[in-house]
Amino acid sequence: MMMTKMNRGFRALSAGVALSLLLMAAPNAYAATPKDTLVEGFAFDDILSMDPAEAYELSAAEITGNTYSLLVRLDIDDTSKIKGDLAESWSVSDDHLTYTFKLKPGLKFASGNPITAEDVAWSFERVVKLNKSPAFILTQFGLTGDNVTEKAKATDANTFTFTVDKPYAPSFVLNCLTATVAEVVDKKLVLQHVKPATPTADYKYDNDFGNSWLKTGFAGSGPFKLREWRANEAVVLERNDNYYGEKAKLNRVIYRFMKESSAQRLALENGDIDIARNLSPTDLQAVEKNAQLASTSAPKGTIYYMSLNQKNANLAKPEVQQAFKYLVDYDAIGKTLIKGIGEIHQTFEPKGMLGSLDENPFKLDVAKAKELLAKAGLPNGFSITMDVRSIEPDTGIATAIQQTLGQAGIKVEIIPGDGKQKLTKYRARNHDIYFGNWGPDYWDPHSNADTFTTNDDNSDTSSNKTLVWRNTWTTPELEKLAKAALFEGDAAKRGAMYQDIQKKFLEASPFIILYQQTEVAGYRKDVKDFKLGPSFDNNFVWPISK
Amino acid sequence: MQVRPKKGRAAPFFMGLLRFLVVAVTTYLGLLAVTFFIGRVIPIDPALAIAGDHAPQQILERLRREMHLDEPLYLQFYYYLVSALSGDFGTSVLTTNPVMDDIRRVFPATMELATVGTIIGAIFGVPFGVLAAVRRNSFIDQIVRVIGLVGYSVPVFWLAMVSLVIFYAKLNWVAYPGRIDIAYEYTFTPITGFFLLDSALQGQWDVFWDVFRHIILPASLLGYFSLAYISRMTRSFMLNELGQEYIVAARAKGLSETRVIWGHALRSAAVPLITVIALSYAGLLEGSVLTEIVFSWPGIGFYITSSLRNADMNAVLGGTIVVGTVFIGINLISDLLYRTLDPRTRRK
Repeated sequence: MMMTKMNRGFRALSAGVALSLLLMAAPNAYAATPKDTLVEGFAFDDILSMDPAEAYELSAAEITGNTYSLLVRLDIDDTSKIKGDLAESWSVSDDHLTYTFKLKPGLKFASGNPITAEDVAWSFERVVKLNKSPAFILTQFGLTGDNVTEKAKATDANTFTFTVDKPYAPSFVLNCLTATVAEVVDKKLVLQHVKPATPTADYKYDNDFGNSWLKTGFAGSGPFKLREWRANEAVVLERNDNYYGEKAKLNRVIYRFMKESSAQRLALENGDIDIARNLSPTDLQAVEKNAQLASTSAPKGTIYYMSLNQKNANLAKPEVQQAFKYLVDYDAIGKTLIKGIGEIHQTFEPKGMLGSLDENPFKLDVAKAKELLAKAGLPNGFSITMDVRSIEPDTGIATAIQQTLGQAGIKVEIIPGDGKQKLTKYRARNHDIYFGNWGPDYWDPHSNADTFTTNDDNSDTSSNKTLVWRNTWTTPELEKLAKAALFEGDAAKRGAMYQDIQKKFLEASPFIILYQQTEVAGYRKDVKDFKLGPSFDNNFVWPISK
Repeated sequence: MQVRPKKGRAAPFFMGLLRFLVVAVTTYLGLLAVTFFIGRVIPIDPALAIAGDHAPQQILERLRREMHLDEPLYLQFYYYLVSALSGDFGTSVLTTNPVMDDIRRVFPATMELATVGTIIGAIFGVPFGVLAAVRRNSFIDQIVRVIGLVGYSVPVFWLAMVSLVIFYAKLNWVAYPGRIDIAYEYTFTPITGFFLLDSALQGQWDVFWDVFRHIILPASLLGYFSLAYISRMTRSFMLNELGQEYIVAARAKGLSETRVIWGHALRSAAVPLITVIALSYAGLLEGSVLTEIVFSWPGIGFYITSSLRNADMNAVLGGTIVVGTVFIGINLISDLLYRTLDPRTRRK
């Protein structure tokens, strides 16, 4: 009796399980994104703010690059040139001190407000007065809170003049104005959202210039409007019908937060996203083999390097620095670990930048390295630690280098950790060896030349924490050359000067530059006219259709 | 953290409540202190996290002053305590919203997931436990035990990924990780924050189906883990009941086996079972972090971990405290329910 009852119960139970399985298997339309919407899988966890005066992260640059306009932009077909965006024309005074921009007629913000030279001037003013991380790109031209309204001003509704403090190379000034920090905000709209602030010794102004609102708000005039940014979830853009240029083809672009390469690949294969932006070499290969998918790539400004802290007596020896450069198997790393996502590059100006130098003199040569170590009085090598972010391909490359360094007796202990944690340690100069990456702050050779040579105060409390400072290195000769290049008006001559600096840097420096990043993306074949730009702020989505 | 009177000892209702409150307050302070100090010990500079990699030194110093980072640790804790106790958890660096607003948005997502998970766990776990108890040491009992053992020992993220590969990538039975498809995300307006409920209330059955296809896999997974716990506890409660004299008496009266087991024994076992299910619910609420990450579920676990990764300590602390509050709250409710439903806990 009991047995039958229980069997009945068990049968009911299995029926329930079967039913729920059936439910899951019920007919389901093939997943596809809406026709008028582009969906990108993207790891944008670096975004901290969408305010152009404050945003300084790669992903934020991509979003503001598509939603804000600038006076001038990089010509993405030839990044050594620039072209007008809001500006119809511009002229530079003979003394190289005053730049005059004429705006195109009839420009409008997404809000419908007209764009005037006053908006441009006010955008400069708020950047300088807020003085957030990227502000130095403008303040390096001598702008301060006290003089900015005089030095960056509207002379009439369509004319904006910008006065710099020294006769810099015009290419340098104009390149800096293509940086996201110079994006133009809608003064009238932002003023409706300013919050009062209490003036202090650090911050003299009684309002926040709309900064707290603009962190997630939007006041631009680009091809797209920012509808919403939810940290680590989604960024939603909508077409700006008031855009003065060629209108965007799609109504909406959604960036979905996806951290993992494998998850992006899965979603791409299943049609849940149109573009996967963070693919590992393995997933990229799988995408390339899939008939429904395609891939594209573009060299980016980011370079990966290893640096030796000069506080460590062994690492301060020039022969040891040289030895390190011969103890990396560049070829193997290029063929495997960074295949498709990077290219071996041993100098600090990325390919595509004015003054870039295509010379890769170093190869793995253990015998030569041993010789150098013996000369340094370290024939049996030494022990050392290396700080590495625990993400790929960084850890893989670090392990490969650990192995080749071991062949010459240098025992490396790798200390993995989170990016922000590594950075804290790096900026406190507490590392031995740091492995990481660096992208130019703005698209001009001075950005990298400065950080790889300038160290005007080598004390721990220096206010200018460049990369050479972080590694306790000084190179007064190169520093002088880099400063001189700033004032060379002839762009070709200026480029040659940076090449010369890099040649000297290759000979002697505690930096082992490994490769330049290639950005890759996989996409579904129905996506048309998708192209990656040379930097993140020109990964444009407006030409895309599907 | 479960407070229960010792067996056989009289514990007047309000005394129990009082003791509970004392424990709750102490737990709270402990929670605040531990999360605060862990937040300060991790080698990430919170000012650097806000300012970003390239910020000049004077900006970092300004931020440090604003965040009281230049003051002694005990003072920082004091500032933190004062604002936390007044319900102000500060602003999230990452989302730039007040932390409480963020939590109000993400918490329903976690609750919905945990609720569906617990329902699945209970629907399957209770009958499994009953069957295992009734047919003790039989083949069914062994199977239930193995299922439970696997549920206890397999890492949740591994199972989550394997199930994603099978049910999403290969079979395409369920939807991509996330809560709702983008096709609906901007057309559907939630009311309560529970998408299943909201879409049903508004009669938007296509949205309901989409939400269902999103929630079913992560919820089943969580349900499986609570099933393991619920079935094991049910089994032992049932074994205990089945050995009681009233069961023998019921059988002697000639009641059908079904009524004896499901009507009498399970009914008595139901009281401690409520506590078990409630605790398992609380466990899912706080323990679904890994599931949320694998399934990109925009809930509180996902929120806390991404905040932690970005050194967004206000958000981490606020989130932790909310989870702690819920945990303590559910404990209190299940404890009170237990006392109300089972007179034995009140009588000598």
